[in-house]
Amino acid sequence: MSIAIATNAVDIENLTISYRRRGRLLRVINDVSLQIKAGEAYGLVGESGCGKSTVAMALMRYLPANAVVEHGKIMFDGQNLLELNQGALRRLWGRRMAMVYQDPGSALNPSMRIGDQIAEVFRYHLNLDKKAAMDASGSMLEKVQISNPEGVLRRYPHELSGGQQHRIMFAMALATDPELLVLDEPTTGLDATVEAEVLDLVEKLRADFNTSILFISHNLGIVARICEQVGVLYAGQLIEEGAANDVFASPRHPYTLGLLRCVPRLGMNKHTQRLDPIPGSLPALGATITGCVYADRCALARDRCRAEQPPLIQLGNGRSSRCFYHEEVSGMKPSPEARVEPPPPPSEEILLKLDHLIKTYRSGGQHTAAVADVSLEVRRGEVFGLVGESGSGKSSLAKCIVGLTNASGGTISFDNEDLSVSSHRNNQTLRRSLQMVFQNPDSALNPSYSIRSILERALKLLAGIHSHSDLDARSEELAASVKLESRHLDSRPTGLSGGQKQRASIARAFAGTPQLVLCDEPVSALDVSVQAAILNLLVDLQKSGVSYIFISHDLAVVRYIADWIGVMYLGILMEVGPAESVFSLPHHPYTESLLSAAATLDADRSFARVRLRGAIPSPSNPPSGCRFHTRCPLYLGDICKTQEPPWQQTASGNQYMCHIPPDELLAKELALRETGQQVAS
Amino acid sequence: MQIETPDPAMIPLPVVATAAPGINLPPRASRRQRARAVFIALLHSKTFMAGAIIMLFWILDAIFWPLIVPHDPNAQDLLSTLQRPSGAHLFGTDDLGRDVFSRVLAGARSVLTIAPAATALGLLGGITIGLVTGYYRGLVDDVLMRIVDALLAFPLVIIALLVLAVLGHSTLNVVLVIAVVFTPLIARTVRAAVLSEREREYVASARLLGEPGIVVMVREILPNIVGAIVVEATVRLGYAIFTAATLSFLGLGIQQPSPDWGLSISLGRGFLQVASWMVLFPALALATLVVSLNFVADGLREVLSS
Repeated sequence: MSIAIATNAVDIENLTISYRRRGRLLRVINDVSLQIKAGEAYGLVGESGCGKSTVAMALMRYLPANAVVEHGKIMFDGQNLLELNQGALRRLWGRRMAMVYQDPGSALNPSMRIGDQIAEVFRYHLNLDKKAAMDASGSMLEKVQISNPEGVLRRYPHELSGGQQHRIMFAMALATDPELLVLDEPTTGLDATVEAEVLDLVEKLRADFNTSILFISHNLGIVARICEQVGVLYAGQLIEEGAANDVFASPRHPYTLGLLRCVPRLGMNKHTQRLDPIPGSLPALGATITGCVYADRCALARDRCRAEQPPLIQLGNGRSSRCFYHEEVSGMKPSPEARVEPPPPPSEEILLKLDHLIKTYRSGGQHTAAVADVSLEVRRGEVFGLVGESGSGKSSLAKCIVGLTNASGGTISFDNEDLSVSSHRNNQTLRRSLQMVFQNPDSALNPSYSIRSILERALKLLAGIHSHSDLDARSEELAASVKLESRHLDSRPTGLSGGQKQRASIARAFAGTPQLVLCDEPVSALDVSVQAAILNLLVDLQKSGVSYIFISHDLAVVRYIADWIGVMYLGILMEVGPAESVFSLPHHPYTESLLSAAATLDADRSFARVRLRGAIPSPSNPPSGCRFHTRCPLYLGDICKTQEPPWQQTASGNQYMCHIPPDELLAKELALRETGQQVAS
Repeated sequence: MQIETPDPAMIPLPVVATAAPGINLPPRASRRQRARAVFIALLHSKTFMAGAIIMLFWILDAIFWPLIVPHDPNAQDLLSTLQRPSGAHLFGTDDLGRDVFSRVLAGARSVLTIAPAATALGLLGGITIGLVTGYYRGLVDDVLMRIVDALLAFPLVIIALLVLAVLGHSTLNVVLVIAVVFTPLIARTVRAAVLSEREREYVASARLLGEPGIVVMVREILPNIVGAIVVEATVRLGYAIFTAATLSFLGLGIQQPSPDWGLSISLGRGFLQVASWMVLFPALALATLVVSLNFVADGLREVLSS
């Protein structure tokens, strides 16, 4: 996109914001200046807690009551937004500037029809009458590519899918053709397929509307795709700025480089390369730092960095960096921590075997099969990656395997023993060999106990250790094995960071030397830098020969850590096979759409994007024949609708469930990558 | 389409900004430090402190009234009945010439024995039922909660009438009646708290460690719903005081010649036209105690929920 307009839509000058907390001012934004040109998309990235959202809220003048703008200006349309009164702001909001929130489900009024909600914007801001407003709403829905706009206007928000709700939000935000659109993590929490849908929409709307966008995200891949200009925020300071392509290709600040390096890339896996996490953590809110804010975590840091704050150094070409040694950044080596031997290859012995596993739930007299029919094998020392959209039954499958709930049909045999809730409870060997790491580190640890007592409890129950001195010694060892410092042992979970909590949670699972650990989205609640460290830890712990079932919606993560992968859709496996084979052609059309939906930083992905139609159908009433036929880009016709497809085997070793044989599938998928368009149905 | 819960790590910064005014905890807080932080926050809460001071006064009075009353609360003086408040009798005298001031001071004891005892029993029953129904759900939940609903459907006075008529008017029976009436109310609150807590992953993790149900309920869940229970207990205590007084007033509770407030109000009712002080002062005493408890409950709720 090359709209060459020199004027700035937004000009933020030396913005400094603090939060007042118990009489103290804690600085969250420190002297940030940035310009968003007309028609440009500006991406603001950084870890959580860096102040990204505060900038967005300052720009919209939605700052919370205890925020104090210490100095600075936000110029928009020739006026300083920070000086406007409520009346003037109301004339700007909705009409000239709009915001799309992270969670459309809660931003839409659940008791109002979609049509009325959008029409309200037209009636209030453009003074249209009822009829005209409704017509305008209908045509707005067409612009955001909603099929059947007439029908959607009459529906309530809960009757729409997540992707559709997002479209409605965009329709409302863009109704008055605003000059500025603020998007605060617009896709966080969405499935990759829905996220791709939303990003497509943003790209299309940019072409149609010439709106300036402030795009806030922690996902660098998305920012790389959407934005021309990017600013990296760290501890409230803008530490690097420049054209997005430039910055991501050759970062000039160690923090930007660190963020880029800790994301698993295409072709990386645990055997070839370790991830390179950023050591340490963000400085505390309001901490007084004399030198560079990043010095404590920086490999380049010298005495000068700790004594003197680096200015924003202009590097030419519109780029700037807040690092004295920006020229050395490109030559930075991965940190020494990042070199450890790879885990041993898995053995041939089968540890876990699921045979036609079924799990149904009853709700409202209706049986819903969350897991419809799954057979799989996990070998000793293997990482089995399980991927699929939310609602595909991954978590239900996990609950059956660990013995949190009983399967409704089929068998689970683990180390040649049948598994159920009661066998898991009564058989200590089974309990100790089979543990789980949970998604949410905040709720996985009981807030009422210290980490030490949580670990000691696990050691008592799983390892059968009872003497005080042994418990003490073992819990220290356990903490050390997950790189948790012993001073953290005596704090409660609330006193620890997300990464530290997840380490404690992993330590608990390893208290009884397990043989299989189920990891249910163990890194999806963590920042990328922490995510890399946790993934490294999980790989290191594999030295003991443990197997993992690793559930994630992040394909890059699964691809990095898994040896074998299963792709789940609506309660059944669509495809299984060795990781690299599943990711390379030919594979199931569903896998292809998941792959092309994922936003990555890898510029070499040149193939066109395949998009799925509609939302995942309800598991209580799955489609007949092939469960994927309603959304399949390679839909053949009646055979898909009526007959359950057979398993097919490719040369590279993956098996998939489809009517199309491997050779033909390869040709079709290559064609799909050429055009990216769905074959007409 | 299901939307996954947003990552807590991604929740924007203002969490910090809106952080509660109450508890200021260091990052690594021990149980004692936390208790201390709660205590300090309570000291700074005006509502809590006002309630606590009034309540403390009544508690001390309930224990030490024999040392501070100017007259024997049961001593009749038929020569000076229905005297209006004066220097000799601060709150006046009643129809039998007893000193109202002394009787108000002495009356705190019965109410402050019955109400806490009844609340404690009600909590015991309510917490047990709430934990079991909330944690196990299923048939146990259905059966117990229907019984609870049935109990809730009866007006308090009817149950009290039935029980006290059958068992007789002893203090113990009054305590039991109030406890029985409170159990279902407390059980509902506890159950609701357990229902949301049991879905948290630490409960699943405890089950994976092989903890039996009773341990999961008591060791894992209970400590995390203590805040809700404390608030519920203070609110209930207020109602218990009120209920005990109501029962005395109706003649179903404590009997003559006890200086109990509810009973005094009931007896003084006949003299409202000529000697309003006989009703006014016990009623005021009752009101201050109930209001002080509500203050304490409000203060606790504010601090514990932050």
